[in-house]
Amino acid sequence: MAAKLKVATTSLAGCFGCHMSILDIDERILQLVEIIEFDRSPLTDIKHCGPCDIGIIEGGVCNAENVHVLREFRANCKILIALGACAVNGGLPAQRNHLDLRDILEEVYHTSPGLALGSQIPNDPELPLPLNKVHPIHEVVKVDYFLPGCPPSGDAIWKFLTDLIAGRTPHLAHEMMHYD
Amino acid sequence: MSEKKTFTLDGDDVAFEPGQTIIQAALAAGKYIPHLCYHPEFKPHGSCKLCTVKINGRPAASCTTAAQPGLSVESEIPEIQDQRRTMVQMLLVEGNHFCPSCEKSGNCMLQGLAYDLGIMSPHFPQIFPTRPLDASHADVFLDFDRCILCELCVRASTEVDHKGVFALSGRGINKHLIVNAESGKLADTDFALTDKAAQVCPVGVILKKRVGFAVPIGKRRFDATPMSVVIAEESKTKETV
Ligand code: SF4
Ligand code: SF4
Ligand code: FES
Repeated sequence: MAAKLKVATTSLAGCFGCHMSILDIDERILQLVEIIEFDRSPLTDIKHCGPCDIGIIEGGVCNAENVHVLREFRANCKILIALGACAVNGGLPAQRNHLDLRDILEEVYHTSPGLALGSQIPNDPELPLPLNKVHPIHEVVKVDYFLPGCPPSGDAIWKFLTDLIAGRTPHLAHEMMHYD
Repeated sequence: MSEKKTFTLDGDDVAFEPGQTIIQAALAAGKYIPHLCYHPEFKPHGSCKLCTVKINGRPAASCTTAAQPGLSVESEIPEIQDQRRTMVQMLLVEGNHFCPSCEKSGNCMLQGLAYDLGIMSPHFPQIFPTRPLDASHADVFLDFDRCILCELCVRASTEVDHKGVFALSGRGINKHLIVNAESGKLADTDFALTDKAAQVCPVGVILKKRVGFAVPIGKRRFDATPMSVVIAEESKTKETV
């Protein structure tokens, strides 16, 4: 039997909805694991990405750590896929882009009513620094394929991946093509 | 000497009446040509360029070009479709098009066109412009983030409603939709929900309050059937009724 394809997945500035949608392929995941093996992924808890055939990115880029993870994926994956609205165009997190980052942090952690006395903007060095704006991943690294949807359906993900693995250009029928 | 005058569209004969533009004749015959600023009830505007076709080998807007006997019109050819894809991608990054939170999603002509063209990503860097919402009016709100500057609301408000509520201002990338009131707010105009201008926006800018997301996903205008098919069918029926 041919060696299994290695697939890594991660969620950057996303909500894990796209990963839930991957699980929505239901029992077909058994067919999938016949031909692929997961490397770094929330499903395996492997912390760093090794050399892979396919990398799947959920979420856009909103902080410095996202940039490092994305670059690690790009460096290790032959094919990189932007999965879902946030990876494709920034999505919901990018709705903060017309606001000043400092103002947002001030309001959320410091000035909004109901906060504990003395609340301050967190500044633990462990925390990744937020970027001024949220970006789709193709603005940071080269992306080979895009699968829009918020989230894309399990069927769309299945069709996309099976096309790709079979060596066809992924194609979605009208019912599977949606941005919402 | 044939009875009816015809031209060809992607190889098929299309009959036309004198005075019809290429897009009018095509739609009447149930043949779709992509368009955004064209609306059957208004004079052609010729600004979005999505309807560009090759006429005897030369690109021209099919909404502003009169049909002539014997023309060879090419629309769904790779060169033209590629250009349309690029234009739609530029429109997508120029505004803030976050479809999951847009009440027009599923009924939107920009989105429908993007689906028809198989656009999987906006390709270009997002501009993320800042365009504050106008929720001042009692019945309607304006989400300027999604305006594609087609001027349909401008034309409707001026030509049909005789109110002149909307206008475009500025040049180039700074061009934007404005409301004709000293405050710039819709509430300070005589705009009403019954205005033609409240019904023509092809995207999600001019939206009725308190009805958002009333139609479930799956039942919206372009959910089950591609927009190209829906529009071709609708315009054909209109002509023959
Ligand atoms: S106007 Fe159309 S393309 Fe823009 S966000 Fe709304 S549904 Fe999407
Ligand atoms: S608000 Fe709508 S109808 Fe008016 S110019 Fe913008 S996109 Fe066109
Ligand atoms: S539809 Fe012809 S230019 Fe817009």
